[in-house]
Amino acid sequence: MIKNISNLGDASIYCDFGQDVNQKINSNVVSYFNHIKKLVKNNKIKGITNITPSYNKLIVSFDLEIITYNEVKQIIENSKIKKNIIQNPKKIKIPICCDQEYALDLTSLSNKLNISENEILETHLNKEYFCYMTGFIAGMPFLGDIDKKLRTHRLETPRVKVPKGSVGITEQFCNIYTYESPGGWNIIGNTPKNIFNKLNFDKPLLINPGDKVSFYKITKQEYLNWNE
Amino acid sequence: MNEVYLEVLRPGINTTIQDKGRFHLYHIGITVSGAMDQSKFQISNALVNNDYNEGVLEFAYQGPCLKLVNGNINIAITGNVNFNILRKNSTTEEGICFKNYFLEDGDQIDIISTKNSVFGYFAVQGGFKTDKVWNSLSINTKAKVGPNNGEKFSLRQKIYINKSKTEKLLEKKIDYNFLNENIIRVIKGTNYNYFSESALNIFFKEEYTVSNLSDRMGMRLEGPKLENITNTNIKSEGLVKGVIQVPADGKPIIMFSDHGTIGGYPKIAVIISADLDKVAQLPPGSKIKFEEVSLINAENYFKDHIKNINKYIREIK
Repeated sequence: MIKNISNLGDASIYCDFGQDVNQKINSNVVSYFNHIKKLVKNNKIKGITNITPSYNKLIVSFDLEIITYNEVKQIIENSKIKKNIIQNPKKIKIPICCDQEYALDLTSLSNKLNISENEILETHLNKEYFCYMTGFIAGMPFLGDIDKKLRTHRLETPRVKVPKGSVGITEQFCNIYTYESPGGWNIIGNTPKNIFNKLNFDKPLLINPGDKVSFYKITKQEYLNWNE
Repeated sequence: MNEVYLEVLRPGINTTIQDKGRFHLYHIGITVSGAMDQSKFQISNALVNNDYNEGVLEFAYQGPCLKLVNGNINIAITGNVNFNILRKNSTTEEGICFKNYFLEDGDQIDIISTKNSVFGYFAVQGGFKTDKVWNSLSINTKAKVGPNNGEKFSLRQKIYINKSKTEKLLEKKIDYNFLNENIIRVIKGTNYNYFSESALNIFFKEEYTVSNLSDRMGMRLEGPKLENITNTNIKSEGLVKGVIQVPADGKPIIMFSDHGTIGGYPKIAVIISADLDKVAQLPPGSKIKFEEVSLINAENYFKDHIKNINKYIREIK
Protein backbone atom coordinates (compact mmCIF):
# COMPACT_ATOMS: atom_id res chain seq x y z
CA MET A 1 0.00 0.00 0.00
CA ILE A 2 2.81 2.40 0.86
CA LYS A 3 4.90 2.78 -2.29
CA ASN A 4 7.84 4.57 -0.72
CA ILE A 5 8.99 5.83 2.66
CA SER A 6 11.45 8.70 2.94
CA ASN A 7 12.44 11.41 5.36
CA LEU A 8 10.99 14.92 5.24
CA GLY A 9 13.76 16.78 7.00
CA ASP A 10 15.16 15.11 10.12
CA ALA A 11 12.01 15.01 12.25
CA SER A 12 9.28 13.75 9.91
CA ILE A 13 8.65 10.63 7.87
CA TYR A 14 6.95 10.81 4.48
CA CYS A 15 4.84 7.85 3.39
CA ASP A 16 3.98 7.99 -0.28
CA PHE A 17 0.92 6.06 -1.47
CA GLY A 18 1.42 7.07 -5.13
CA GLN A 19 0.21 9.86 -7.37
CA ASP A 20 -3.45 8.94 -7.87
CA VAL A 21 -6.22 10.52 -5.86
CA ASN A 22 -9.15 8.23 -5.15
CA GLN A 23 -11.14 6.92 -2.21
CA LYS A 24 -9.36 3.58 -2.11
CA ILE A 25 -5.88 5.09 -1.78
CA ASN A 26 -7.15 7.68 0.65
CA SER A 27 -8.76 4.94 2.79
CA ASN A 28 -5.36 3.25 2.95
CA VAL A 29 -3.80 6.49 4.13
CA VAL A 30 -6.51 6.85 6.78
CA SER A 31 -6.02 3.21 7.89
CA TYR A 32 -2.35 3.94 8.55
CA PHE A 33 -3.28 7.19 10.27
CA ASN A 34 -5.67 5.34 12.59
CA HIS A 35 -3.15 2.59 13.23
CA ILE A 36 -0.34 4.97 14.24
CA LYS A 37 -2.74 7.07 16.28
CA LYS A 38 -3.66 3.93 18.20
CA LEU A 39 0.02 3.05 18.79
CA VAL A 40 0.53 6.55 20.17
CA LYS A 41 -2.55 6.32 22.37
CA ASN A 42 -1.49 2.92 23.77
CA ASN A 43 2.05 4.14 24.40
CA LYS A 44 3.48 1.62 21.93
CA ILE A 45 5.46 4.39 20.29
CA LYS A 46 6.91 7.46 21.97
CA GLY A 47 7.76 10.91 20.70
CA ILE A 48 5.21 11.24 17.87
CA THR A 49 4.03 14.85 17.68
CA ASN A 50 1.73 14.84 14.64
CA ILE A 51 0.26 12.53 12.03
CA THR A 52 -0.99 14.24 8.88
CA PRO A 53 -3.00 12.30 6.32
CA SER A 54 -3.74 13.82 2.91
CA TYR A 55 -5.08 12.49 -0.42
CA ASN A 56 -2.24 10.04 -1.01
CA LYS A 57 0.49 10.86 1.54
CA LEU A 58 0.94 10.41 5.27
CA ILE A 59 3.43 12.50 7.20
CA VAL A 60 4.42 11.45 10.71
CA SER A 61 6.32 14.05 12.73
CA PHE A 62 8.31 13.25 15.84
CA ASP A 63 10.40 14.77 18.59
CA LEU A 64 14.01 14.18 17.60
CA GLU A 65 15.04 14.19 21.26
CA ILE A 66 12.95 11.05 21.78
CA ILE A 67 12.93 9.04 18.56
CA THR A 68 14.65 9.08 15.16
CA TYR A 69 13.67 8.49 11.55
CA ASN A 70 14.95 4.93 11.34
CA GLU A 71 13.08 3.85 14.45
CA VAL A 72 9.79 5.33 13.21
CA LYS A 73 10.36 3.87 9.76
CA GLN A 74 10.82 0.41 11.20
CA ILE A 75 7.61 0.64 13.21
CA ILE A 76 5.66 1.71 10.12
CA GLU A 77 7.22 -0.99 7.95
CA ASN A 78 6.42 -3.65 10.51
CA SER A 79 2.84 -2.50 10.93
CA LYS A 80 0.21 -4.95 9.81
CA ILE A 81 -2.65 -2.84 8.60
CA LYS A 82 -6.04 -4.44 8.34
CA LYS A 83 -7.52 -3.49 5.04
CA ASN A 84 -11.07 -2.21 4.85
CA ILE A 85 -11.20 -1.17 8.47
CA ILE A 86 -14.87 -0.58 9.05
CA GLN A 87 -15.45 3.07 9.47
CA ASN A 88 -18.78 4.63 10.14
CA PRO A 89 -18.99 7.52 7.75
CA LYS A 90 -21.44 10.16 8.82
CA LYS A 91 -23.78 11.54 6.19
CA ILE A 92 -23.88 15.31 6.49
CA LYS A 93 -26.15 17.73 4.68
CA ILE A 94 -24.87 21.26 4.27
CA PRO A 95 -27.25 24.15 3.50
CA ILE A 96 -25.86 26.55 0.94
CA CYS A 97 -27.13 29.88 -0.38
CA CYS A 98 -26.07 30.57 -3.95
CA ASP A 99 -27.41 34.11 -4.39
CA GLN A 100 -25.06 36.34 -6.32
CA GLU A 101 -23.64 38.07 -3.24
CA TYR A 102 -22.46 34.70 -1.87
CA ALA A 103 -21.58 32.93 -5.13
CA LEU A 104 -18.64 35.21 -5.84
CA ASP A 105 -17.29 33.33 -8.86
CA LEU A 106 -20.44 31.77 -10.32
CA THR A 107 -20.73 34.18 -13.25
CA SER A 108 -17.07 33.98 -14.24
CA LEU A 109 -17.15 30.21 -13.80
CA SER A 110 -20.17 30.01 -16.10
CA ASN A 111 -18.23 31.93 -18.76
CA LYS A 112 -15.07 29.90 -18.23
CA LEU A 113 -16.81 26.50 -18.37
CA ASN A 114 -19.36 27.61 -20.94
CA ILE A 115 -22.31 26.18 -19.03
CA SER A 116 -25.14 28.08 -17.38
CA GLU A 117 -25.02 29.15 -13.75
CA ASN A 118 -28.07 27.01 -13.06
CA GLU A 119 -26.47 23.95 -14.54
CA ILE A 120 -23.31 24.48 -12.48
CA LEU A 121 -25.33 24.64 -9.26
CA GLU A 122 -27.60 21.74 -10.12
CA THR A 123 -24.68 19.56 -11.08
CA HIS A 124 -22.92 20.43 -7.85
CA LEU A 125 -25.99 19.86 -5.64
CA ASN A 126 -26.79 16.58 -7.31
CA LYS A 127 -23.86 14.64 -5.90
CA GLU A 128 -22.59 13.16 -2.66
CA TYR A 129 -18.98 13.94 -1.81
CA PHE A 130 -16.31 12.08 0.12
CA CYS A 131 -14.15 13.90 2.68
CA TYR A 132 -10.52 13.09 1.86
CA MET A 133 -8.87 15.19 4.54
CA THR A 134 -9.15 18.28 6.72
CA GLY A 135 -6.64 21.04 7.18
CA PHE A 136 -4.80 24.03 5.77
CA ILE A 137 -6.91 26.09 8.16
CA ALA A 138 -8.70 24.57 11.13
CA GLY A 139 -11.42 22.16 10.08
CA MET A 140 -11.44 22.90 6.35
CA PRO A 141 -12.77 19.76 4.62
CA PHE A 142 -11.33 18.71 1.24
CA LEU A 143 -14.24 17.01 -0.57
CA GLY A 144 -14.43 15.15 -3.87
CA ASP A 145 -14.95 14.33 -6.54
CA ILE A 146 -16.94 16.98 -8.33
CA ASP A 147 -18.49 16.29 -11.73
CA LYS A 148 -15.96 16.33 -14.58
CA LYS A 149 -17.68 19.20 -16.37
CA LEU A 150 -17.18 21.53 -13.36
CA ARG A 151 -13.43 21.05 -13.07
CA THR A 152 -11.22 24.08 -13.46
CA HIS A 153 -8.10 25.70 -12.02
CA ARG A 154 -7.73 27.97 -9.04
CA LEU A 155 -8.23 31.72 -9.53
CA GLU A 156 -5.22 33.26 -11.20
CA THR A 157 -4.92 35.79 -8.43
CA PRO A 158 -6.06 34.35 -5.11
CA ARG A 159 -8.36 36.44 -2.91
CA VAL A 160 -6.76 38.03 0.12
CA LYS A 161 -9.96 37.35 2.06
CA VAL A 162 -12.46 34.62 1.32
CA PRO A 163 -15.54 35.05 3.55
CA LYS A 164 -16.22 32.47 6.24
CA GLY A 165 -18.62 29.77 5.07
CA SER A 166 -17.68 30.08 1.40
CA VAL A 167 -18.01 26.90 -0.64
CA GLY A 168 -15.33 26.67 -3.31
CA ILE A 169 -14.41 24.31 -6.12
CA THR A 170 -11.18 23.63 -7.99
CA GLU A 171 -9.96 20.68 -10.04
CA GLN A 172 -11.80 17.58 -8.75
CA PHE A 173 -12.34 19.03 -5.29
CA CYS A 174 -14.73 21.14 -3.24
CA ASN A 175 -14.08 22.78 0.13
CA ILE A 176 -15.65 24.99 2.77
CA TYR A 177 -13.78 27.95 4.31
CA THR A 178 -14.26 27.42 8.03
CA TYR A 179 -13.23 30.99 8.72
CA GLU A 180 -12.11 34.03 6.76
CA SER A 181 -8.83 33.26 5.06
CA PRO A 182 -6.82 33.96 1.93
CA GLY A 183 -7.68 31.51 -0.83
CA GLY A 184 -7.92 30.86 -4.55
CA TRP A 185 -10.84 28.47 -5.01
CA ASN A 186 -13.86 29.35 -7.17
CA ILE A 187 -16.65 30.35 -4.79
CA ILE A 188 -20.15 29.13 -5.73
CA GLY A 189 -22.07 29.78 -2.50
CA ASN A 190 -21.93 30.16 1.26
CA THR A 191 -23.17 28.08 4.17
CA PRO A 192 -24.45 29.55 7.45
CA LYS A 193 -23.62 26.26 9.20
CA ASN A 194 -20.71 26.22 11.60
CA ILE A 195 -18.17 23.68 10.27
CA PHE A 196 -15.50 24.23 12.94
CA ASN A 197 -16.27 24.86 16.58
CA LYS A 198 -13.14 25.81 18.50
CA LEU A 199 -14.98 25.65 21.81
CA ASN A 200 -15.89 22.00 21.35
CA PHE A 201 -12.55 20.45 22.21
CA ASP A 202 -13.70 16.84 21.83
CA LYS A 203 -15.43 17.20 18.50
CA PRO A 204 -14.44 20.49 16.89
CA LEU A 205 -15.10 19.29 13.35
CA LEU A 206 -18.50 18.79 11.76
CA ILE A 207 -16.96 16.95 8.80
CA ASN A 208 -14.21 14.35 9.28
CA PRO A 209 -12.19 12.31 6.78
CA GLY A 210 -14.31 9.47 5.41
CA ASP A 211 -17.62 11.31 5.91
CA LYS A 212 -20.13 11.75 3.07
CA VAL A 213 -21.28 15.29 2.38
CA SER A 214 -24.08 16.67 0.22
CA PHE A 215 -25.34 20.21 -0.26
CA TYR A 216 -28.89 21.59 -0.47
CA LYS A 217 -29.98 25.02 -1.54
CA ILE A 218 -31.52 27.55 0.84
CA THR A 219 -32.90 31.04 0.21
CA LYS A 220 -31.23 34.20 1.44
CA GLN A 221 -34.01 34.57 4.02
CA GLU A 222 -33.29 31.08 5.36
CA TYR A 223 -29.59 31.88 5.34
CA LEU A 224 -30.07 35.04 7.38
CA ASN A 225 -32.42 33.34 9.85
CA TRP A 226 -30.16 30.30 10.28
CA ASN A 227 -29.95 29.30 13.90
CA GLU A 228 -28.16 26.24 15.21
CA MET B 1 -6.63 38.99 47.75
CA ASN B 2 -5.51 41.15 44.88
CA GLU B 3 -4.26 39.30 41.86
CA VAL B 4 -0.80 39.99 40.50
CA TYR B 5 -0.73 41.23 36.93
CA LEU B 6 1.27 43.08 34.32
CA GLU B 7 -0.51 46.06 32.83
CA VAL B 8 0.25 46.63 29.15
CA LEU B 9 1.41 50.25 28.78
CA ARG B 10 2.58 49.57 25.22
CA PRO B 11 1.79 46.27 23.53
CA GLY B 12 4.72 46.06 21.10
CA ILE B 13 4.38 44.76 17.57
CA ASN B 14 3.46 41.13 18.15
CA THR B 15 3.39 40.12 21.81
CA THR B 16 1.93 36.69 22.51
CA ILE B 17 2.27 33.82 24.99
CA GLN B 18 4.17 30.83 23.61
CA ASP B 19 5.31 27.47 24.92
CA LYS B 20 6.86 24.48 23.17
CA GLY B 21 3.83 24.17 20.91
CA ARG B 22 0.44 22.57 20.28
CA PHE B 23 0.78 19.01 19.06
CA HIS B 24 -1.35 16.16 17.66
CA LEU B 25 -3.72 18.49 15.75
CA TYR B 26 -2.21 18.89 12.28
CA HIS B 27 -4.82 16.47 10.94
CA ILE B 28 -7.67 18.83 11.82
CA GLY B 29 -5.86 21.90 10.50
CA ILE B 30 -4.47 23.28 13.75
CA THR B 31 -0.80 24.05 13.45
CA VAL B 32 2.01 23.66 16.02
CA SER B 33 2.63 27.31 16.94
CA GLY B 34 5.06 27.53 19.88
CA ALA B 35 8.14 29.69 20.42
CA MET B 36 9.93 30.62 17.18
CA ASP B 37 13.29 30.34 18.97
CA GLN B 38 12.89 27.28 21.18
CA SER B 39 16.31 27.48 22.83
CA LYS B 40 15.87 31.08 24.06
CA PHE B 41 12.38 30.13 25.23
CA GLN B 42 13.70 27.17 27.25
CA ILE B 43 16.54 29.16 28.78
CA SER B 44 14.19 31.99 29.81
CA ASN B 45 12.14 29.53 31.85
CA ALA B 46 15.26 28.01 33.44
CA LEU B 47 16.41 31.48 34.55
CA VAL B 48 13.28 31.92 36.69
CA ASN B 49 13.09 28.32 37.96
CA ASN B 50 10.06 27.41 35.84
CA ASP B 51 9.21 24.08 34.27
CA TYR B 52 10.79 23.91 30.85
CA ASN B 53 7.41 24.18 29.07
CA GLU B 54 5.87 27.07 31.03
CA GLY B 55 4.30 29.79 28.86
CA VAL B 56 6.41 32.93 28.32
CA LEU B 57 5.83 36.20 26.45
CA GLU B 58 7.32 36.22 22.98
CA PHE B 59 7.82 39.59 21.31
CA ALA B 60 9.14 40.59 17.88
CA TYR B 61 11.20 43.69 16.99
CA GLN B 62 9.59 46.17 19.39
CA GLY B 63 8.58 44.57 22.68
CA PRO B 64 5.96 45.63 25.22
CA CYS B 65 6.19 48.09 28.10
CA LEU B 66 4.68 46.44 31.17
CA LYS B 67 3.89 47.63 34.68
CA LEU B 68 3.78 45.20 37.57
CA VAL B 69 0.74 45.60 39.84
CA ASN B 70 0.00 43.95 43.22
CA GLY B 71 3.13 41.91 43.76
CA ASN B 72 6.81 41.15 43.36
CA ILE B 73 8.21 38.73 40.80
CA ASN B 74 11.38 37.35 39.29
CA ILE B 75 11.65 37.87 35.56
CA ALA B 76 14.21 37.19 32.85
CA ILE B 77 14.61 38.23 29.23
CA THR B 78 16.44 36.17 26.64
CA GLY B 79 17.47 36.92 23.08
CA ASN B 80 19.41 39.95 21.94
CA VAL B 81 17.26 42.68 23.43
CA ASN B 82 17.46 46.33 24.47
CA PHE B 83 15.40 46.90 27.59
CA ASN B 84 15.17 49.06 30.69
CA ILE B 85 13.76 48.54 34.13
CA LEU B 86 12.04 51.66 35.41
CA ARG B 87 11.89 51.40 39.17
CA LYS B 88 9.02 52.91 41.11
CA ASN B 89 11.46 55.39 42.69
CA SER B 90 12.20 56.76 39.17
CA THR B 91 15.63 55.18 38.75
CA THR B 92 16.27 53.42 35.47
CA GLU B 93 18.40 50.30 35.14
CA GLU B 94 19.64 49.21 31.77
CA GLY B 95 18.63 45.58 31.33
CA ILE B 96 20.94 42.69 30.54
CA CYS B 97 19.66 39.57 28.78
CA PHE B 98 20.07 36.07 30.25
CA LYS B 99 19.98 37.41 33.81
CA ASN B 100 17.05 37.51 36.19
CA TYR B 101 15.63 40.62 37.85
CA PHE B 102 13.36 41.11 40.80
CA LEU B 103 10.46 43.43 39.98
CA GLU B 104 8.50 45.06 42.76
CA ASP B 105 4.99 46.42 42.81
CA GLY B 106 4.84 49.46 40.52
CA ASP B 107 8.07 48.76 38.63
CA GLN B 108 7.96 48.86 34.85
CA ILE B 109 9.85 46.93 32.26
CA ASP B 110 10.29 48.63 28.92
CA ILE B 111 11.35 46.21 26.18
CA ILE B 112 12.57 48.65 23.58
CA SER B 113 13.69 46.43 20.72
CA THR B 114 15.45 43.29 19.61
CA LYS B 115 18.96 43.99 18.28
CA ASN B 116 19.96 42.48 14.95
CA SER B 117 17.47 39.69 15.62
CA VAL B 118 13.70 39.19 15.58
CA PHE B 119 12.35 37.41 18.67
CA GLY B 120 12.89 37.83 22.39
CA TYR B 121 11.39 36.04 25.41
CA PHE B 122 10.12 37.35 28.73
CA ALA B 123 9.61 34.75 31.45
CA VAL B 124 8.05 35.34 34.87
CA GLN B 125 8.56 33.01 37.77
CA GLY B 126 5.44 30.86 38.20
CA GLY B 127 4.18 31.59 34.71
CA PHE B 128 1.09 33.38 33.46
CA LYS B 129 -2.31 32.67 34.92
CA THR B 130 -4.19 31.29 31.98
CA ASP B 131 -5.63 27.96 30.90
CA LYS B 132 -4.17 25.79 28.21
CA VAL B 133 -6.17 25.56 25.00
CA TRP B 134 -5.84 22.17 23.32
CA ASN B 135 -3.05 21.36 25.70
CA SER B 136 -0.90 24.40 24.95
CA LEU B 137 -0.47 28.00 26.07
CA SER B 138 0.67 29.14 22.63
CA ILE B 139 -1.34 31.91 20.98
CA ASN B 140 -2.00 31.49 17.26
CA THR B 141 -3.26 34.89 16.10
CA LYS B 142 -4.05 33.72 12.55
CA ALA B 143 -6.38 30.92 13.63
CA LYS B 144 -7.47 32.77 16.81
CA VAL B 145 -6.58 29.74 18.91
CA GLY B 146 -5.05 29.84 22.38
CA PRO B 147 -5.20 32.02 25.51
CA ASN B 148 -6.41 35.64 25.21
CA ASN B 149 -8.93 34.39 22.58
CA GLY B 150 -6.02 33.75 20.26
CA GLU B 151 -5.20 37.47 20.02
CA LYS B 152 -1.93 39.29 20.57
CA PHE B 153 -1.86 41.56 23.64
CA SER B 154 -3.20 45.10 23.33
CA LEU B 155 -2.95 48.39 25.20
CA ARG B 156 -4.20 48.47 28.84
CA GLN B 157 -4.73 44.73 29.00
CA LYS B 158 -3.92 42.96 32.25
CA ILE B 159 -1.76 39.84 31.95
CA TYR B 160 -2.31 37.85 35.14
CA ILE B 161 0.55 36.00 36.80
CA ASN B 162 0.50 32.91 39.00
CA LYS B 163 1.48 33.76 42.53
CA SER B 164 5.13 32.83 42.94
CA LYS B 165 6.68 31.53 46.13
CA THR B 166 9.92 33.44 46.00
CA GLU B 167 9.94 36.93 47.39
CA LYS B 168 13.55 37.71 46.58
CA LEU B 169 15.95 37.80 43.67
CA LEU B 170 16.92 34.34 42.40
CA GLU B 171 20.32 35.63 41.28
CA LYS B 172 20.74 33.53 38.19
CA LYS B 173 22.55 34.51 35.05
CA ILE B 174 24.58 33.05 32.23
CA ASP B 175 26.93 34.43 29.63
CA TYR B 176 25.18 33.65 26.41
CA ASN B 177 26.93 34.43 23.20
CA PHE B 178 24.14 35.49 20.85
CA LEU B 179 25.41 35.06 17.31
CA ASN B 180 23.58 35.50 14.05
CA GLU B 181 24.57 32.78 11.64
CA ASN B 182 23.67 32.97 8.00
CA ILE B 183 24.57 29.50 6.84
CA ILE B 184 21.45 27.41 7.16
CA ARG B 185 21.76 23.65 6.83
CA VAL B 186 19.07 21.70 4.98
CA ILE B 187 18.14 18.20 3.87
CA LYS B 188 16.87 17.60 0.31
CA GLY B 189 13.09 17.95 0.08
CA THR B 190 10.63 15.42 -1.29
CA ASN B 191 10.30 17.36 -4.57
CA TYR B 192 14.00 18.13 -4.94
CA ASN B 193 14.07 16.60 -8.43
CA TYR B 194 11.26 18.88 -9.65
CA PHE B 195 13.94 21.54 -10.13
CA SER B 196 16.46 21.95 -12.91
CA GLU B 197 20.12 21.26 -12.26
CA SER B 198 20.91 24.93 -12.63
CA ALA B 199 18.15 25.78 -10.11
CA LEU B 200 19.66 23.39 -7.58
CA ASN B 201 23.09 24.89 -8.19
CA ILE B 202 21.70 28.36 -7.60
CA PHE B 203 19.88 27.24 -4.46
CA PHE B 204 23.09 26.04 -2.81
CA LYS B 205 25.55 28.56 -4.23
CA GLU B 206 23.77 31.92 -4.28
CA GLU B 207 22.69 34.09 -1.38
CA TYR B 208 19.04 34.72 -0.56
CA THR B 209 17.73 37.77 1.26
CA VAL B 210 15.07 37.66 3.99
CA SER B 211 12.16 39.79 2.72
CA ASN B 212 9.77 41.98 4.70
CA LEU B 213 7.04 39.41 4.12
CA SER B 214 8.12 37.32 7.09
CA ASP B 215 6.17 36.50 10.21
CA ARG B 216 5.33 33.58 12.49
CA MET B 217 3.70 31.75 9.55
CA GLY B 218 6.65 31.88 7.22
CA MET B 219 9.60 33.68 5.73
CA ARG B 220 9.69 34.71 2.08
CA LEU B 221 13.09 34.97 0.47
CA GLU B 222 14.26 37.21 -2.34
CA GLY B 223 16.90 36.05 -4.77
CA PRO B 224 17.43 34.27 -8.05
CA LYS B 225 14.34 32.49 -9.40
CA LEU B 226 14.40 28.69 -9.16
CA GLU B 227 13.34 26.95 -12.33
CA ASN B 228 10.83 24.14 -11.87
CA ILE B 229 10.99 21.62 -14.72
CA THR B 230 8.26 19.26 -13.54
CA ASN B 231 5.19 20.92 -12.02
CA THR B 232 4.71 24.06 -9.96
CA ASN B 233 1.84 22.40 -8.07
CA ILE B 234 1.66 19.12 -6.22
CA LYS B 235 -1.45 17.43 -4.81
CA SER B 236 -2.01 19.09 -1.44
CA GLU B 237 -0.21 17.30 1.38
CA GLY B 238 1.03 17.89 4.90
CA LEU B 239 3.60 20.52 5.85
CA VAL B 240 6.00 20.78 8.77
CA LYS B 241 7.99 23.60 10.31
CA GLY B 242 11.19 24.18 8.35
CA VAL B 243 9.91 23.04 4.94
CA ILE B 244 11.07 25.28 2.08
CA GLN B 245 8.35 25.49 -0.58
CA VAL B 246 8.84 27.03 -4.00
CA PRO B 247 5.64 28.36 -5.63
CA ALA B 248 5.31 29.20 -9.33
CA ASP B 249 7.19 32.51 -8.95
CA GLY B 250 10.37 30.55 -8.13
CA LYS B 251 11.03 32.31 -4.79
CA PRO B 252 11.49 30.06 -1.74
CA ILE B 253 9.21 30.31 1.31
CA ILE B 254 10.24 28.82 4.68
CA MET B 255 7.41 27.42 6.82
CA PHE B 256 7.47 28.60 10.45
CA SER B 257 5.53 27.83 13.63
CA ASP B 258 2.09 29.12 12.51
CA HIS B 259 2.22 27.63 8.98
CA GLY B 260 -0.86 26.19 7.26
CA THR B 261 -1.03 22.44 7.88
CA ILE B 262 -1.48 21.53 4.20
CA GLY B 263 0.14 22.97 1.10
CA GLY B 264 0.41 22.33 -2.60
CA TYR B 265 3.79 23.76 -3.61
CA PRO B 266 6.88 21.64 -4.28
CA LYS B 267 9.26 21.16 -1.34
CA ILE B 268 12.84 21.78 -2.43
CA ALA B 269 14.44 21.29 0.99
CA VAL B 270 13.80 21.13 4.73
CA ILE B 271 15.81 23.05 7.33
CA ILE B 272 17.44 20.75 9.89
CA SER B 273 16.06 20.89 13.43
CA ALA B 274 19.36 22.24 14.81
CA ASP B 275 19.08 25.39 12.64
CA LEU B 276 15.41 26.33 13.08
CA ASP B 277 16.10 28.74 15.95
CA LYS B 278 18.82 30.61 14.11
CA VAL B 279 16.88 31.06 10.87
CA ALA B 280 13.91 32.43 12.83
CA GLN B 281 16.15 35.14 14.29
CA LEU B 282 17.29 36.56 10.94
CA PRO B 283 15.67 39.98 10.37
CA PRO B 284 14.55 41.24 6.92
CA GLY B 285 17.56 42.17 4.80
CA SER B 286 19.74 39.37 6.21
CA LYS B 287 21.54 37.12 3.76
CA ILE B 288 21.02 33.35 3.87
CA LYS B 289 23.10 30.62 2.30
CA PHE B 290 21.86 27.05 2.24
CA GLU B 291 24.15 24.09 2.79
CA GLU B 292 23.10 20.49 2.17
CA VAL B 293 23.72 17.88 4.88
CA SER B 294 22.82 14.20 5.23
CA LEU B 295 20.13 12.91 7.57
CA ILE B 296 22.69 11.28 9.85
CA ASN B 297 24.67 14.51 10.12
CA ALA B 298 21.47 16.46 10.79
CA GLU B 299 20.67 14.10 13.65
CA ASN B 300 24.15 14.58 15.09
CA TYR B 301 23.98 18.36 14.75
CA PHE B 302 20.70 18.23 16.66
CA LYS B 303 22.35 16.24 19.49
CA ASP B 304 25.07 18.92 19.69
CA HIS B 305 22.40 21.62 19.67
CA ILE B 306 20.53 20.01 22.60
CA LYS B 307 23.80 19.43 24.49
CA ASN B 308 24.59 23.09 24.09
CA ILE B 309 21.21 24.22 25.47
CA ASN B 310 21.50 21.77 28.36
CA LYS B 311 24.96 23.10 29.17
CA TYR B 312 23.46 26.57 29.65
CA ILE B 313 20.59 25.19 31.69
CA ARG B 314 22.98 23.30 33.97
CA GLU B 315 25.01 26.49 34.42
CA ILE B 316 21.87 28.23 35.63
CA LYS B 317 21.11 25.52 38.18
